[in-house]
Amino acid sequence: MLLNPAIMALILVSVVVVLMLAMATGFALQVLRHWDIRSGSELQLRLERRTYLISTLMSWAFAAEVVSLLLFIYNAESMSGQFVGAMCATGVLNVNPWGWPTLFMKIALFFGGAIWLILNALDNQGYDYPLTRLKYLLLLLIMPLVMAEAYLQLRHFLELSPDVITSCCGSLFSSDAKGVAAEVTSVSPAVSMWGLYLSGTAVIAAGLFYSRVKRGSAVFSLLALIAFGFALVAIISVLSPYIYEHPQHHCPFCILKSGHGFAGYLLYIPLFFATASALGVGVVGPWHHIASLTSAVNTKGRQLVHVSVGLFILFYLLATVYVMSSNLVMQGVWW
Amino acid sequence: MNFIRRQRYLVDYIISSMLRRKGKNLGLMLVYSLIVFMLASVMLFTHALKQEVGLLLHSSPEIILQRMVAGRHDFIPASYLEKMGRIRGVTSRKGRLWGYLYDPSVKANYTLMVSDEQALAATEVIIGSAIARARGVVPGDYISFRSFDGETYSFQIKSLLDHETELVSADLVLLNSKAYHALFGMPEGVYTDIVLSVSNLREVPKIAEKLSQRLPDTRPILKQEILRTYDAIFSWRQGILFVLLAGAIMAFVIFAWDKASGLSAEEKREIGILKSIGWETSDVLHMKFWEGALLSLLSFFIGYLLAYLHVFYASASLFEPVLKGWAVLYPQFQLSPSVDGLQVATLFFFTVFPYVVATIIPIWQVAVTDPDAVMR
Repeated sequence: MLLNPAIMALILVSVVVVLMLAMATGFALQVLRHWDIRSGSELQLRLERRTYLISTLMSWAFAAEVVSLLLFIYNAESMSGQFVGAMCATGVLNVNPWGWPTLFMKIALFFGGAIWLILNALDNQGYDYPLTRLKYLLLLLIMPLVMAEAYLQLRHFLELSPDVITSCCGSLFSSDAKGVAAEVTSVSPAVSMWGLYLSGTAVIAAGLFYSRVKRGSAVFSLLALIAFGFALVAIISVLSPYIYEHPQHHCPFCILKSGHGFAGYLLYIPLFFATASALGVGVVGPWHHIASLTSAVNTKGRQLVHVSVGLFILFYLLATVYVMSSNLVMQGVWW
Repeated sequence: MNFIRRQRYLVDYIISSMLRRKGKNLGLMLVYSLIVFMLASVMLFTHALKQEVGLLLHSSPEIILQRMVAGRHDFIPASYLEKMGRIRGVTSRKGRLWGYLYDPSVKANYTLMVSDEQALAATEVIIGSAIARARGVVPGDYISFRSFDGETYSFQIKSLLDHETELVSADLVLLNSKAYHALFGMPEGVYTDIVLSVSNLREVPKIAEKLSQRLPDTRPILKQEILRTYDAIFSWRQGILFVLLAGAIMAFVIFAWDKASGLSAEEKREIGILKSIGWETSDVLHMKFWEGALLSLLSFFIGYLLAYLHVFYASASLFEPVLKGWAVLYPQFQLSPSVDGLQVATLFFFTVFPYVVATIIPIWQVAVTDPDAVMR
């Protein structure tokens, strides 16, 4: 293992978050068994008070997870100098088989945490806390994810040995190789560009429809997920080559480097937050029929849709600007 | 906008409330800033050192070739330059002559190196500034070295080496090849090692492979490897210091927990009154959140600023020996300031995050108390 402060910080965070979640899970079990809003018993009173603690704990835990996702990638990026063959985060994630699962788990946690926080905020708006049981059931489902993430990350860091010769983005994201990354890379640019803009138009239209008519929240979330997938494919197959101005370089991590104006952060942050808020709309929308939540669902749903659509538009604009302003011209080759 | 106005009022309130208890808050801030200061100093210093090493090695040759005899570094015959043949990708190759010389008067080793570029006469040398400091000499003075056979040779100091490169040139003496042979009694026709420049970095490993095939008794040392080792060593030293400082962080966490849970009767009454005039639990939590946020931000900035001054203007006097290593002829150098996002985020996780976690439960305990219970 490498005794590096950023690694120590990441491990510290994951351990503390697991402890916080463990506390919350113990409480969630109590809530699932004893929660009864109509009762005035001492136990119920205690439970109601404790919900404040749990939601504060959870907000901090998920906030820490978001920052740790960024820190994880940034750290992988900066450690690439210490491994033979690594030139960016891809190489460091490839050093052992735990790197990629850790990253995917962190992304899953980001979305899971966002959904939980949105549900929690909605539930707190209703005077009778109608979603409490559902909320804590969801928490029980998130707990294993958090533990798995902590475990995977620990293994990844413990087994980072600098004498491993790793392979980097040049070999992973090339259309001759095998595997998912190579499949995504070899998607034809025209197809992925159409997919990007069509799914983008669809998700923005669905968002505007929802904000007008207050219906179709699930469709909007689903379309957002599809748009998210297409966006990632497009980043690998089309957008990165345009940003690097090199038709064969497809790495989705090198765009995070300062040499490319931190373009990656500008693209990924709006995309991830837009998708998270869109998922939030899907979570909020179905509770329209609960009397104590109707108005809260309306305002919250509208806010989330606006944030989500706004960020999606920002993402598509940025993507278009990167392609338009690039010196790489692929007219006649790709189009 | 409503949301922002609400937060503004809360911040307003908590600032006036914090000012009412100056002593307690200042004490906490002092400890907090101190923790940030220590960790930030370590981080800024190692980062700057890493950068310095990178800059210094920037112009050094990509490959150094040493001959090994019985597992030990030995002189390399000049004929090896022809023996290795032409290797595609190598832009220049030349033999170097250098060695170490012990100077009993300052109890230190000098690095003596033959420099062809400087056009030195056989009685002239150029020395590093640490040697000039240790021996108290200036350009124009004479400096004498004892040779291998006990003879003493005097050299006139032509000039001093640049301050900018002092990290590597502190103990360096540049001299003429004739003088070198006289001092060390080395046979003609051999070099200490051979250096090769390669313009395309990706070709370096392949060239190293070819070299070790053609000259099996040599060992190529790559610049990339040296850089990687430095990077790992500095990170590791920094990590060790952090582990040692973990005790301090723990103490700080306990301190913060204690401060947050041991509220005075007056503070409890304040919260009781707030709740009885209509504040909800979540309002109290928000207010306390702002208290923590303001305190953390302020302490973080103060600590970081002090660390910045400490490292870049006071040469990090507290941690210098551990992080830099030590030697008799130690280079004096000014680090170039640099701040990195990864560092700030890591530092944040080491200081603000533990503080927040430590205060969540005590704050919640205060926030949920009934007004009548505290005002009675």
